[in-house]
Amino acid sequence: MSNGKHHDILLQGVRKFGSTAVFLMQLLVQCVPAFARPRLIVFQVYNTGARSLIIIMLSGLFVGMVLALQGFNLLQRFGSAEALGSAAAIGLLKELGPVVTALLFAGRAGTALTSEIGLMRATDQLVAMEIMAVDPLRYVAAPRFIGGVIAMPLLAAIFSVIGLYGAQLVGVQFLGVDQGAFWSQMQGAVSWHDVNQGFVKSLVFGVACSLIAVNEGYHAEPTAAGVGLATTRTVVASSVLTLLLDYVLTAAFL
Amino acid sequence: MGPSGTGKTTLLKLITAQIQPDQGQVLVFGQDLARLQSHETYAVRKRMGMLFQNGALLTDMSVFENVAFPVREHTDLPETLVRLLVLAKLEAVGLRGAAELMPGELSGGMARRVALARAIVMDPEVLIYDEPFVGLDPISLGFILRLIKQMNVALGITSIVVSHDVQELSSIADESYLLSDGKVEASGTPKELLESGNPAVRQFMTGSAEGPVRFQYPAPDYTTQLLSVEES
Repeated sequence: MSNGKHHDILLQGVRKFGSTAVFLMQLLVQCVPAFARPRLIVFQVYNTGARSLIIIMLSGLFVGMVLALQGFNLLQRFGSAEALGSAAAIGLLKELGPVVTALLFAGRAGTALTSEIGLMRATDQLVAMEIMAVDPLRYVAAPRFIGGVIAMPLLAAIFSVIGLYGAQLVGVQFLGVDQGAFWSQMQGAVSWHDVNQGFVKSLVFGVACSLIAVNEGYHAEPTAAGVGLATTRTVVASSVLTLLLDYVLTAAFL
Repeated sequence: MGPSGTGKTTLLKLITAQIQPDQGQVLVFGQDLARLQSHETYAVRKRMGMLFQNGALLTDMSVFENVAFPVREHTDLPETLVRLLVLAKLEAVGLRGAAELMPGELSGGMARRVALARAIVMDPEVLIYDEPFVGLDPISLGFILRLIKQMNVALGITSIVVSHDVQELSSIADESYLLSDGKVEASGTPKELLESGNPAVRQFMTGSAEGPVRFQYPAPDYTTQLLSVEES
């Protein structure tokens, strides 16, 4: 690859970052009037949040179960299998809950948002709104963005709770960890600080994933291929950014 | 009017401030669109209605809600009044019975009629039609044609119709402009255009492939290209 090509990719990246930042500013400005229509926002919380519940709960259950299986195996070697409760809780609340939820959100809700908005662009619906003197940023983009930001921490919380249940199921019911020790160790080890960290993470992921999904859809090339590409970009960009931000946030918290 | 690709739709985008001109001015209601703030642009747009070629109905709402959309967005009218208003406009396009259907359940012609009802629901001063006759069956076409004319006469709306259907347009237009290569080639009443001495205008009005307006996309000489295909 020539030097010029590297240069182009770098330039494209910077341009994308800049245009997304500008879009975020425009979006935030429109978020204020968007709150005047709570019905739209509530619907989007339902659309992105409630409709992702099944995948979030199923995944949470299995992640918790695997966590207990692996954790038990490891902790038993040191004779501290009772610590399973605290290990699972810390892992779920601080890391797996927010991160896996964000990844699933990108795949389930993010793609739906991108393709929906992209198709609205492709079928002139957004332009038609503009001509009807209704700003599509305010009517279409902002409620979806806010809905995603609200839905993400809720989903992450549900993921963690179900995950803990899964861990308890495997650890206590199947592997025979003492139930009292499981819960009391968890209570002792987990502080509000840990819950807060998870909440802040999922909020940041919510902003990032919703922004990417709405931005890609809003600026998708108005063709079948363009909308498809935008949807793919949503998943890729959201996933990578989620993991990158996770590292940054964890480092900042420690 | 004008052949495909001469900038008719671009002109509509300029009039509705979807794009900004590189040069010159676009004056709508006496205001220079390029100089307006975004809220002023929206104020101008409230006085216009536009009919899109594919209807551009909002797919997540019923026909009724689509027509009610501008009313709900721009006014605080009570629900009963909104209902009366919307049903009246749907009746005008003959689709009062389709009020509860979703846009996906409509045929192309029906979707365009719903879009027309939506475009006139706020009683605009100017109505813009982008290729309103394309792909319509003769009954719908005649209906839309009469409706455009009626609205001009009865409501005093100015209609800007972009089309390449010479016959249809000539039957209702007070004034026509013929565009070619991004320029106004000729203007006047349809009758004047039909009798024009300009060969390009004649070619378009009579629909002939031969004439000063090129029908074929620029290409290298046919024989040369055929021979070079054989060589390679």
